[in-house]
Amino acid sequence: MRVVVAMSGGVDSSVVAGLLHEAGHEVIGVTLQLYDHGAASGRKGACCAGQDIHDARRVADRLGISHYVIDAEDRFARAVIAEFAGSYANGETPVPCIACNQTVKFADLSALAVDLGAERLATGHYVRRVDGQDGAELHRAVDPARDQSWFLFATTRPQLDMCLFPLGGREDKRAVRDIAQRLGLGVAEKPDSQDICFVPTGTYTDVVAKIRPEALEPGQIVTSDGRVVGSHDGIARYTVGQGKRLGGAAVLDGQRQVVVSTEPGRRRVVVGPRGTGTRSVPLRDVNWLAPAPVHDLRCAVKLRAREEPRAATVRTADGATTVTLDDPALPAPGQACVFYLGDRVLGGGIITRAEAQPLSDRLTV
Amino acid sequence: MHYLDANATQPLRPAARDAVLAAFEVTGNPSSVHQPGRAVRRIMEDAREAIAHSFGGRPQDLVFTSGGTEADVTAIHAMSQGRRTIISAIEHDAVRSAAGGALILPVGPDGIVDLDALDERLSDGVASVVCLMLANNETGVVQPVQEAAAICRRHGALLHVDAIQAAGRMAVSLDLLGAHSLAISSHKLGGPAGVGALLLATDAPFSAPLIGGGGQERGRRGGTPAVALIAGFAAAAKASAADNLVHLADLRDAAERAAVACGAVVCGDPNHRLPNTTSVALPGAAAGVQVIALDLEKIAVSAGAACSSGKVRTSHVLEAMGLGRLAGEAIRVSLPWNATQADIDAFATAYRRVAARLCPTLVPHAA
Repeated sequence: MRVVVAMSGGVDSSVVAGLLHEAGHEVIGVTLQLYDHGAASGRKGACCAGQDIHDARRVADRLGISHYVIDAEDRFARAVIAEFAGSYANGETPVPCIACNQTVKFADLSALAVDLGAERLATGHYVRRVDGQDGAELHRAVDPARDQSWFLFATTRPQLDMCLFPLGGREDKRAVRDIAQRLGLGVAEKPDSQDICFVPTGTYTDVVAKIRPEALEPGQIVTSDGRVVGSHDGIARYTVGQGKRLGGAAVLDGQRQVVVSTEPGRRRVVVGPRGTGTRSVPLRDVNWLAPAPVHDLRCAVKLRAREEPRAATVRTADGATTVTLDDPALPAPGQACVFYLGDRVLGGGIITRAEAQPLSDRLTV
Repeated sequence: MHYLDANATQPLRPAARDAVLAAFEVTGNPSSVHQPGRAVRRIMEDAREAIAHSFGGRPQDLVFTSGGTEADVTAIHAMSQGRRTIISAIEHDAVRSAAGGALILPVGPDGIVDLDALDERLSDGVASVVCLMLANNETGVVQPVQEAAAICRRHGALLHVDAIQAAGRMAVSLDLLGAHSLAISSHKLGGPAGVGALLLATDAPFSAPLIGGGGQERGRRGGTPAVALIAGFAAAAKASAADNLVHLADLRDAAERAAVACGAVVCGDPNHRLPNTTSVALPGAAAGVQVIALDLEKIAVSAGAACSSGKVRTSHVLEAMGLGRLAGEAIRVSLPWNATQADIDAFATAYRRVAARLCPTLVPHAA
């Protein structure tokens, strides 16, 4: 079988290429050049820098497989970086890895795989593809500490049909590093990527400031009833639920405060007492990896990458999907709300700002 | 594998290989006074004479360099002191990066430089050095260098000619072209990589070398010359003179016809081209994907200019020709000196298969 492997130059995707090659498949390694890495070259511990492309090519050399570098700079700048900055300017906290997976990685690479006559696209993501009665299903990784299913909810069903995730069933990362060692790939001890790959300094606000400077202009911190309680240096520095960077507004009337929303138009950060929450979570860009339910769906949802699933009901009416949480929480607009049934990902969407509703209706103390 | 990427590098000619190996057996530094030094110097000077005569210049005006890029950069460095630089829009990066801030001469949709623009630019009387390649690396289109040289000389300007792709694939004479300098690269002729030459006209100024070093090459290029590579360079130049260029053009035309039959469009003036090169665009199919798909079919071609990371950028040459979207959809097929009918048959079969997959609507009776 001819398989395209998305190779980042890191240990995970290198091992995927190695395992598929070892299994006798015709492996075609592809590495995306996502941005001009000049400024970021030589940096350790983040994906997609120039060194990573070099590492991916060397892994392909060692395996004796074909390898190509694809110029995705323009596409990445538009579909991921500009969206990232725009999302902050709109008062959200974006997840650029989701946008990247949705566009550059899965949409473009699965199209490339088809163009190259490949049957499958394989990646180093820690998720499992399970063949169910209605086609391919997306499941959480065996190792809960490495599970990346939350980041992949926007994969379409045709894309998922094409995908292979050979690492999703692995016990732990050490086992993957051991395979890299055994195959002599030269990347066995390479550090995991941590921060956002296109933020060379590790300060995401620098990137936002360049593209959407208004998101870093100063403004007021107010309470939900409009009382001015402090000032801030840019809404892009605030995420719903955050308790830091509030200065004198961190504690009001003896109660610790957290960010409950941001108002990009008025450049305001709104705080409320910790424990403030909402049950209703409106979503946009909803993607279903199971047949879209006709009735209310009881399931578990995750509002952040690293949190325990919480019980909820998903309802779609008039084309709009809203999640009702059993227990109130503070979902951050721009983050994903992903629906799980056990280990299976049923779908998900991006949390939107509920501007239409008056704040008081949304808050449940 | 069928290698159809000669403009990137040519397969080493057997005569060049023999000459390199023979020269490697001789110990000596051409600058030394003793017999071993003289033995090596003789190899180098024989080569210098052969190459200079092959390209219409005098041996004493030939400077060996590390390759074509260094020859281009040396020419610009040595001749542009106190002069403005003017380059065509389709020059190689070797020239483009060395001539920062240069005025750019446009090219037409046929890929040929606009000589009226050159005349107009030079008519202001400002001292200038002009760079115009003899044949373009991506389209193979041959430029009107002789006419450009006449215009330059009329205005008192200097003309440097990058003949790196042209050498070995058409008659090249610095003297007949009337230019001031000519850059040549060994490996594009089928010699070893790592050596090239800058051939200067008798009236070309040479203000300063790039590398002073020990004053080798009459003070125009320091450093001990790579004598074995130089020997291979000369052997390749000599062997290339015996190539059957008509046969090569026939093979190239057959490859081109196969692509056109699948809906491809030829880029550049088909009547003024190197015999081994064609640039064919497949509307709707990204060039990078075509190159990968053909590589998987064991056909080696290229697109645009591959940078060191290996990613394919859109060709500045085809963009300058105003091809718009097609600029990102063209591949370069360049036949090596030893191309065979079997290579072309394999290319035709593979191209048809790839085109049918990427652009099924374009290919008649697509499988």
